[in-house]
Amino acid sequence: MSDPIIRFDNVVKRFGDHTVLDRLNFTVNRGEKVTIIGPSGSGKSTVLRILMTLEGIEGGVVHVGGEPLWHEADGVTPASEAHLRKKRGEMGMVFQQFNLFPHMTVLRNITEAPVRVLGLPKAEAKARAEELLELVGLTEHMSKFPHQLSGGQQQRVAIARALAMRPSILLFDEPTSALDPELVGEVLGVIRRLAEEHDLTMLLVTHEMRFAREVSDRVVFFDQGRIREEGAPEEIFTDPTEERTREFLKATLEA
Amino acid sequence: MLFGFEWDLSSPLAFALSILPMLGTGMLVTIQAAVLGFALALVLGLVWAVLKSAPLRVIAWPAAVVTEFLRDTPLLVQLFFLYYVLPEYGIVLPAFMTGALALGLQYSAYTAEVYRAGLQAVPRGQHEAALALNLPPTRKFTHIVIPQAVPRIVPAMGNYLVSIMKDVPVLSVVTVLEMLNVARIIGDRTFDYLIPLSMVGAIYLIMTLVASAGVRALDTYLPKEGIPLK
Repeated sequence: MSDPIIRFDNVVKRFGDHTVLDRLNFTVNRGEKVTIIGPSGSGKSTVLRILMTLEGIEGGVVHVGGEPLWHEADGVTPASEAHLRKKRGEMGMVFQQFNLFPHMTVLRNITEAPVRVLGLPKAEAKARAEELLELVGLTEHMSKFPHQLSGGQQQRVAIARALAMRPSILLFDEPTSALDPELVGEVLGVIRRLAEEHDLTMLLVTHEMRFAREVSDRVVFFDQGRIREEGAPEEIFTDPTEERTREFLKATLEA
Repeated sequence: MLFGFEWDLSSPLAFALSILPMLGTGMLVTIQAAVLGFALALVLGLVWAVLKSAPLRVIAWPAAVVTEFLRDTPLLVQLFFLYYVLPEYGIVLPAFMTGALALGLQYSAYTAEVYRAGLQAVPRGQHEAALALNLPPTRKFTHIVIPQAVPRIVPAMGNYLVSIMKDVPVLSVVTVLEMLNVARIIGDRTFDYLIPLSMVGAIYLIMTLVASAGVRALDTYLPKEGIPLK
């Protein structure tokens, strides 16, 4: 039973002369864990950035939670700031570079938006933050500053920060690409737990193929702004139909 | 006699002590001009910085031209312009105000650059994270951007404070009775330039040292934990 929470209809995105997304059609169902793989420059991060409203679109319509994202309900009028704020509130994003606020403690990083945006009382925001820090295994680092933590720990804080806003969709933009190899595992471990224990919709861009295979319900292979192939992880990884997918997987798995 | 004080020429020490209140009067004017000019530079510089970073070219361009002009023409030329040209168009300001305005205008072009560099040093990812968390733009500015930009800005601003103090004597050419002008008048009247001018140098040294120490104290006091400062 399909219940699309994210839908791209003929979405076009250009940077100058370069077409990043070329009439993209793409859906993610509620609660689904979808991984986007593909060569760099194929537009996979752009999909997440468009969803988080960090990038606009040049054509087509993006739906989030049954409503147009970049347009008002009529699907034509450009969205007001109020509409964008409302839609943004349904999503959370984990960035490649973590983007924690360096001048705030771990706790403050997590409670800032719940207090200021959702209007949560400080005590409640703190309780929620403590719960989330336990989930990501960093309770004892609550009053530290980001620079006192390892990259892997910082990224786990960033995940907690995104979760503190209670999003129904969580976007991961290459969450382990900036990490030293020995720190990748702890971050993937947290994401895996989230995928298994929560009904969050998760959209991941990653180069960790083994991880993609384990956690996703569906894997999407992007190439040159279009979806070249998609399917269950088993199909994509063991028996891709497209030659391009085969080449890409061969190149990455050999590296 | 000057400002109601008499000089005492009986000995060098007596002379120095007797002109101290006169120089003190001049020093107050110097400090007022520097503080007023600097305050203007701090406010106007931020305005320039914001205008120059405007996405609309019709706004950014004129601001860039004006600041470039202010930065690349001599202070004295700007001062003469304000002092002699503005009255022709009916704008007559007291000499002191004209001087403070000239200082503030020129230094606003410098502080604009400091602000711009400080704001640009806050990584894009910070803005994106704030947006993704739906933080309102004003909250983002006051609690994410400013706290990270200010520690980068303060040392450079401190240098300009010292620099503006040292530029105040330029105002003497439009009759402002700042400290150097007072010392020159004392010299003209007593034929002793050595003592008043030496005292001006010494007082200047003390003033700039105090100002630098103040800026350093502010810098130490500012919360910087976690902010990467090169």
